[in-house]
Amino acid sequence: YLQESESENKLDGETASDSESKSDFGGSSPVPTSDDTPEVLNRALSNLSSRWKNWWVRGILTLAMITFFFIIIYLGPMVLMTIVMCVQIKCFHEIITIGYNVYHSYDLPWFRTLSWYFLLCVNYFFYGETVTDYFFTLVQREEPLRILSKYHRFISFALYLTGFCMFVLSLVKKHYRLQFYMFGWTHVTLLIVVTQSHLIIHNLFEGMIWFIVPISCVICNDIMAYMFGFFFGRTPLIKLSPKKTWEGFIGGFFSTVLFGLLLSYVMSGYRCFTCPVEFNNDTNSFTVDCEPSELFQLQEYNIPVVLQSVVGWKTVRMYPFQIHSIALSTFASLIGPFGGFFASGFKRAFKIKDFANTIPGHGGIMDRFDCQYLMATFVNVYIASFIRGPNPSKLIQQFLTLRPDQQLHIFNTLKAHLVDRGILGSLEDA
Amino acid sequence: EVDLEERLRELDLRSDSDIPDVPPPTDSTPEILKRALSGLSARWKNWWIRGILSLAMISGFFLIIYLGSFMLMLLVLSIQVKCYHEIITIGYRVYHSYDLPWFRSLSWYFLLCVNYFFYGETVADYFATFVQRREQLQFLIRYHRFISFALYLTGFCMFVLSLVKKHYRLQFYMFAWTHVTLLITVTQSHLVIQNLFEGMIWFLVPISSVICNDITAYIFGFFFGRTPLIKLSPKKTWEGFIGGFFSTVVFGFIFSYFLAQHQYFVCPVEYNSETNRFVTECEPSELFQMKKYSVPPLLQAVLGWETVNMYPFQMHSFALSTFASLIGPFGGFFASGFKRAFKIKDFADTIPGHGGIMDRFDCQYLMATFVHVYITSFIRGPNPSKLLKQLLILQPEQQLSVYKTLKSHLVEKGILQPSLRG
Repeated sequence: YLQESESENKLDGETASDSESKSDFGGSSPVPTSDDTPEVLNRALSNLSSRWKNWWVRGILTLAMITFFFIIIYLGPMVLMTIVMCVQIKCFHEIITIGYNVYHSYDLPWFRTLSWYFLLCVNYFFYGETVTDYFFTLVQREEPLRILSKYHRFISFALYLTGFCMFVLSLVKKHYRLQFYMFGWTHVTLLIVVTQSHLIIHNLFEGMIWFIVPISCVICNDIMAYMFGFFFGRTPLIKLSPKKTWEGFIGGFFSTVLFGLLLSYVMSGYRCFTCPVEFNNDTNSFTVDCEPSELFQLQEYNIPVVLQSVVGWKTVRMYPFQIHSIALSTFASLIGPFGGFFASGFKRAFKIKDFANTIPGHGGIMDRFDCQYLMATFVNVYIASFIRGPNPSKLIQQFLTLRPDQQLHIFNTLKAHLVDRGILGSLEDA
Repeated sequence: EVDLEERLRELDLRSDSDIPDVPPPTDSTPEILKRALSGLSARWKNWWIRGILSLAMISGFFLIIYLGSFMLMLLVLSIQVKCYHEIITIGYRVYHSYDLPWFRSLSWYFLLCVNYFFYGETVADYFATFVQRREQLQFLIRYHRFISFALYLTGFCMFVLSLVKKHYRLQFYMFAWTHVTLLITVTQSHLVIQNLFEGMIWFLVPISSVICNDITAYIFGFFFGRTPLIKLSPKKTWEGFIGGFFSTVVFGFIFSYFLAQHQYFVCPVEYNSETNRFVTECEPSELFQMKKYSVPPLLQAVLGWETVNMYPFQMHSFALSTFASLIGPFGGFFASGFKRAFKIKDFADTIPGHGGIMDRFDCQYLMATFVHVYITSFIRGPNPSKLLKQLLILQPEQQLSVYKTLKSHLVEKGILQPSLRG
């Protein structure tokens, strides 16, 4: 319970203004990030000056993260899903903790429990929808799952309402405003973090390539923009992030597009990346095996006259997916950074250096994922608009809930359509 | 710039006791009323104003119902815009952020984006035939999500570019405030419209149940109120709560009984491309056909009947009224807490005696979502024509496999005779 006088004293130093002149730091300086670097690294780098040491620590950790990424890709979709889930929980926790620190509201009654409860509800809702869509046959077989899936929305809503009512009942006279702030903070965080992570999982199910290429493009853009900025950086890009430069931005853009093209070329050749992830009922495991769609079959493209003189070829063999990868890389380089600027603005607004200090040299998990925010949504919207048609098993599922006369009507219309297109032979062959 | 600095320094966001009071709302009671009631004492005058305005609002409601679905949609949209405006204005006052660069434009822009997204989805679903005929609309519908997302992103990037050094925190607060408001007001209003399209009865019964609960809980509390219900709203009492619950359930039953008889209320709203109007004509579904129910032995003794003729919808109205009376008030408590947190008496002063539009609609928040979830879970199956449309877009191999699955299902259920060739 917050003591009244205690809270008055604690809150003296902060104001909404970011002016440096005020002695803000007296009352509530940003918590200095403790040095998390493992002892091993510390000893190995003890000779170098602190600037180079920092550079090395960042470099080594970057390599470690990238290696880890490759390992979990190798381990398969289930592990990837689990990792996405863990990253989401950690990001949520980091942002909520910042909220607590900003509002000194760690002791608010119920609030910690409520935040985790809402996280659980929203995840339950999203995972339920995913499970129903992709594990349709599994769900139909098991009785409890079938009922849970049929009334899924109602159950999720009831769970959410319970949390809402608990919140209302937990309102305490002197802390109304704080409680509403934390409520708002929790919901915005859920909106950002949880929906994005579920969109990532949807992308993953579409085919691992739709997961790997966007994420790699963002990472590549980060690294390339940094390198170009380091070597050629001259003109500052935006006041919000003084270290970013136009040279870095443009150099990163071109490198990322190139990188995207190359990576897509390599990946399109392998079924395990291009096939949608499916759950095999008989083996009870995920399978990625299919006839590659048109997107992943080499095609001959004519090079526009302008480039012919430059490149020297008249036609080029490419996968159609590589054209899409240009769109993805462009987004990653041009709009992705806005996610980073948003996070920078956020950190400046709340006077924190990093979201947390989970990764030595890099900050929190959220610091690594800030540019990924918009990417996942973009890829999902892109797929839904330009690539994927509706999901057949979902349609079957909806069909089964219709009335018999409606089912018959649809069946006959579909049959007539198929016969019309010659997909179905004569009526007797059906 | 200096003025803003001063105001920002004075702002103390955490302690409730230091929040500067929002200036009391101006009295917007029309002159006529004031003169007519000049004789009475202040307490009765307030009571009369509230009463008259309540009647005026209810009459307005009936008038619009009479005018039809399209007018109702417009009404819902206007209410949504006004509620949004009210909440955003409160945010400006709380944070003294009215002069923040860009922020007013950005708030309205985001409202426009989200509405565009939701209305686009609605139009695509319900006006399918209308849309098929026009080329430009076809393009907009097919890439609707992408266009909406691009519009939203533009707003997001404008926000990032508008961040000004000394006002980061304020700007982030207003950004979050805008988004939470959008989440509450705009999604709810679109769910209301979806409910409306299901049949006007799904729009009228829930809203009337909430209004009835408000009024009857007040009346019961006025006459019998003794035990306070919740610290948040000291005027609410347990007697009012329980009395309101029973009255609302009875009201819901009776009101549904009357509405269920008319096709105008019961049929899904459809858009007729030939006449270019909304029509509500159909074969009433099973829900709206009288059935005989056996009265449980317990109630038989009380009521004296063995069976009763009811519409199945009345059973559903029972669920709706229960929600309106038991959970709906939590929306009201939430709004009360919000008003206390930010030290405002009413959301605005649009309606004399009642406060702002939002004050009238605070208990409706959760109702619209509940009705929508209820309909999708228990009542409505998926839309067959939409399903068919999606089936026809599939790849040929997918269509074939779907066809085979459907066929085996239908044969299994005996709906389709097995083919002669086996």
